[in-house]
Amino acid sequence: MEQTVNQMDDTASAYNFAYLDEQTKRMIRRALLKAVAIPGYQVPFAGREMPMPYGWGTGGVQVTAAVIGPQDTLKVIDQGADDTTNAVSIRQFFAKTANVATTEKTADASIIQTRHRIPERELREDQILVYQVPIPEPLRFLEPRETETRKMHALEEYGLMHVKLYEDIARHGHIATTYAYPVMVDDRYVMDPSPTPKFDNPKMDNMAALQLFGAGREKRIYALPPYTKVRSLDFEDHPFEVQSWDDECGMCGARDSYLDEVILDDKGNRMFVCSDTDYCTERQEAGHRGPQHHDQPLGSTKSSPNSEKAAE
Amino acid sequence: MTKMNDPLLRVDNLTMMYGDRVGCKDVSFDLRPGEVLGIVGESGSGKSTLLRSISAQQEPTKGRVEYQTRIDGTRDVYEMSEAQRRLLMRTDWAFVHQNPRDGLRMNVSAGANIGERLMAVGDRHYGNIRNAADTWLGKVEIASERLDDLPSTFSGGMQQRLQIARNLVTSPRLVFMDEPTGGLDVSVQARLLDLLRGLVHDLNLAVIIVTHDLAVARLLSHRLMVMQQGKVIESGLTDQVLDDPQHAYTQLLVSSILQN
Repeated sequence: MEQTVNQMDDTASAYNFAYLDEQTKRMIRRALLKAVAIPGYQVPFAGREMPMPYGWGTGGVQVTAAVIGPQDTLKVIDQGADDTTNAVSIRQFFAKTANVATTEKTADASIIQTRHRIPERELREDQILVYQVPIPEPLRFLEPRETETRKMHALEEYGLMHVKLYEDIARHGHIATTYAYPVMVDDRYVMDPSPTPKFDNPKMDNMAALQLFGAGREKRIYALPPYTKVRSLDFEDHPFEVQSWDDECGMCGARDSYLDEVILDDKGNRMFVCSDTDYCTERQEAGHRGPQHHDQPLGSTKSSPNSEKAAE
Repeated sequence: MTKMNDPLLRVDNLTMMYGDRVGCKDVSFDLRPGEVLGIVGESGSGKSTLLRSISAQQEPTKGRVEYQTRIDGTRDVYEMSEAQRRLLMRTDWAFVHQNPRDGLRMNVSAGANIGERLMAVGDRHYGNIRNAADTWLGKVEIASERLDDLPSTFSGGMQQRLQIARNLVTSPRLVFMDEPTGGLDVSVQARLLDLLRGLVHDLNLAVIIVTHDLAVARLLSHRLMVMQQGKVIESGLTDQVLDDPQHAYTQLLVSSILQN
């Protein structure tokens, strides 16, 4: 523990390393160990007040603070992008309080804190993916009582989850849930994968990296150890499928990534662009070009936040 | 193997105390498959307490409730694990509440309401679930086109019928009903009773029905138990109890119905 209690030089000396005090980090690490031991199970933890409002990633920040060390390199994503407000402020927060290196490159990061996306690039065993979770309870939509949902998890009573999917098909003709799409973890616990698009669900299955989920307001932590089986719920006659696009990324021409729709003017012109900015940039650097590229300076392709549902 | 004459449910000396106060005291009876037992009595006589204790919703202070399960033989319901008990409650048992809002999910469609129990026991084929829901909607005389409507758009009588369909979809053998016709107007009540009588007969359901309405009891039940202050004061065949009441309180109860 001693080496992490970093005596920071001059200005930041009022903070402990990574903002949280060591006792709090130990408490969170204990919750994390339990979460890893029981994949998909929601572990309560004594969530702290963080210097940011609930809904801005207080859960993810606490988890990151508990696992980060001075040697780590941190990447923060918000809706796939590294340069949106939430991502920038959290990255700066750890640069300041933990003095760690930060990066925008998925391949270079050892810890990736994310909101709403899983990077397109395949993650490795030496990486940790930390999710910010607003509502950890997948059964909440149909069962408001916490006592009851806990009992349902304990007894594996998950019929209710399919009631929600049934309702989707009855109303829309197909499963219209596009984000926070419920998954079955290791054939035991039903889990909310946080508001990632269902496009990312298959990436969770058998992922090499450790996946940690932190919900600050609800004070819950859950986890997926590396190489855990994650299956999206569905019906036999309405199998799970991910979103697809007729278009390609306007900047890098990718057809295999999650695309955001960007409205260009009021005359109906629009373009699609990779939501994962790092993936798009790397492809452009490798010489890939999309129809709308026109060789502008690199990095001018940033997508707007809140465009998550635009592609639907 | 379950023999026809083995009791489906056996209640033995059931007592429920609320502190020093008596909920119900020393109630014993057997219920055979296909038999309809009415429990009557005035408000506060312990009918609902008894029903909750029998239906595994409230553990009694004393006594046993034994049920003839399909695979495991006779089991004390309060000695089962909670998982087994809850499985029993949503497959082989059914509970019809007085207020349909207590028994329905108001924020999902009628079809999803009926399909919930099927999905709870592992049915994962949308088409099959939907067909079953449609069939059951027909059986309780609700038009097929209401399948995707929310229960909140249904009338009170329809909601009650939907609740019954939702409960019977897994072919339970034992149904608990707590004042199923309460709060409905007389013509709707009559229709519902007709429907219930038909379903009970066709599906060979064993039913325990709690009511303060003697007309309902007479129409549906084979046997009757009369309760007062937590105790069963008289029991027997329905006609016998209602036409030739022996206990003073039963006589009072029977004579308080308006005659024409």
